[in-house]
Amino acid sequence: MNQSHLLRKRLLAILAYAVMIIAALIVIYPIYSAVNISLLKDTEVAQYPPRLFPSSLNLANFTRALEQAPLPRYLLNSIIQSLLVMIGQLITASLAAYAFAFLNFKGRNFFFLVFMATMMIPWEATIIPNYLTIKQLGWTDTFQGLAVPFLATGFGTFLLRQFFLKIPRDLYDAAVMDGCSNFRFLTTIVVPLARPALGTLAVYSFLQTYNQYLWPLLITNDESMRTVQIGIALLQDEERLMFNTVLAGVVIILIPTFLLFIFSNRQLIRGLTAGAVKG
Amino acid sequence: MNSPSVDAPLVQSARRRGLSGPQKRQVRTFFLALGYLAPSLIIFLVFIFIPLVRTFWLSSYITDPIGRPAMFVGLMQYKKLFATPVFMNSLMRSLTFVLYTVPTTLLLALILASLANLRLRFISIFRIIFSLSIAVSGATASLMFMYLYHPSIGSINYLLELIGITPIPWLVSESSALPAVSLVSVWLQLGLNTVILLAAMQSIPDELYESAMIDGANGWSRFVHITLPFLSSTFFFLLIVDVLAAFQTFTPIHIMTSGGPLESTNLLVYSIYREFYFNGQYGFAAAQSIMLFLIMLGLTIFQFTVVERKVFYE
Repeated sequence: MNQSHLLRKRLLAILAYAVMIIAALIVIYPIYSAVNISLLKDTEVAQYPPRLFPSSLNLANFTRALEQAPLPRYLLNSIIQSLLVMIGQLITASLAAYAFAFLNFKGRNFFFLVFMATMMIPWEATIIPNYLTIKQLGWTDTFQGLAVPFLATGFGTFLLRQFFLKIPRDLYDAAVMDGCSNFRFLTTIVVPLARPALGTLAVYSFLQTYNQYLWPLLITNDESMRTVQIGIALLQDEERLMFNTVLAGVVIILIPTFLLFIFSNRQLIRGLTAGAVKG
Repeated sequence: MNSPSVDAPLVQSARRRGLSGPQKRQVRTFFLALGYLAPSLIIFLVFIFIPLVRTFWLSSYITDPIGRPAMFVGLMQYKKLFATPVFMNSLMRSLTFVLYTVPTTLLLALILASLANLRLRFISIFRIIFSLSIAVSGATASLMFMYLYHPSIGSINYLLELIGITPIPWLVSESSALPAVSLVSVWLQLGLNTVILLAAMQSIPDELYESAMIDGANGWSRFVHITLPFLSSTFFFLLIVDVLAAFQTFTPIHIMTSGGPLESTNLLVYSIYREFYFNGQYGFAAAQSIMLFLIMLGLTIFQFTVVERKVFYE
């Protein structure tokens, strides 16, 4: 009885692993295939049947992607844009969340509603005037154009406010009694305490911005101002480049986000699930 | 950075009007708070609220090719939406796209989250793999799938042939292009859906399962009677999130099909983009985006009123 129970349990575990491995292989196949093709030699790319495994660790495509396409420049542009948005959002959202969490002012609910409403307005509803505004300001092909429209965030403010509300009110009252200004309380007490939430917002906004497509497509034309996502999509149109080179570029572009994803998994997932799961 | 300070003249005028102490403090706190909100409010005003109004306004005009309103036409653009096939075709394609992607994503994510919720060794590796698509952009995913779909050297058709399925023309044929793009979308959304469902599953109290086990419920009935009901609110949340994402799909279309073949993948956002960016039809495009906005607003309000209330009372 006991033994058959144990046997059954072990069989179930093996079955679970088998199903899980099959599921994982299917889910990861597009990425695997991109890595595989990026390692193929030129003569191997067009072979039929397609090669499912690389014959050697051939890195020529990676150097080619970095040399023949201005990929380093695209990467630099994307990283600058993402850092600007990330830092901007951290500042604006901390300030706003502080007001919502600690200050008792008339119209607080109204303003909070205004912030939440920004999450319900999709960018399609605003993109045409925004495109015209950026053109009027002469901000096409500039970092201002890429970053400024995203410097504030309703979602980030909400995220930080939820965290700020957990900071004991007594702490605030005591600090005010001691003559501590609000701004000093925010920078010396709240920000250090809220590091996990700030980390979540930082990772989230960086990833979002780095992966943007339509906005940089609309407002950058100059090759020197293109972001990676646009740059790589345009590479694909160039006939002189073979698939293995384009996919090597794809792999290079994915590396920063994968590193970010793996090393800040917990923060990122906390951000993504905020609001979705109660409690 | 300087600390946002009280607007001095306004406080002085409040004093002159003879406000009492607490009232004065109220006014001061209000302006102090406004200082903290101002950076966000300015951005929202300039890049969200005013543009929203301007989109409405633009949609009642015919513009010149660089987007300056030239002639007021009232609701003419909206009449044109329903009279010409451009918008109706895109709307139908987008609805079909929603039907292709959303149920598939939810079902697959439920399976993956259930697997990821098992207590096994190395489970964290599987969790990372199942959620990896969160880190992948629409552009890179589109490029990866383009080569998988490639008519002569793509490996999907090769693998399908190995298990006896006839090759699919994927992006080349009018009938399979939209399903092919849908698959990219499902794959992209799968990570986020799995992560959120998994988090919801992990928030189910263990005691619920334990008491069910004492009552002799087997794995399947525990899943049906405890897990699924507990996940219902998360499902509704994801349903809305996925439907909105499906309506907003642009990148895979722009990279993989440009709306073709024969308009079969010309989804709403792509159509909007083409109308204003290439055809200079700003007014017409604005009317399309207002329609899309109204659809999405309806869905969001539905979620906030119907679903949230239901969840609240549970």
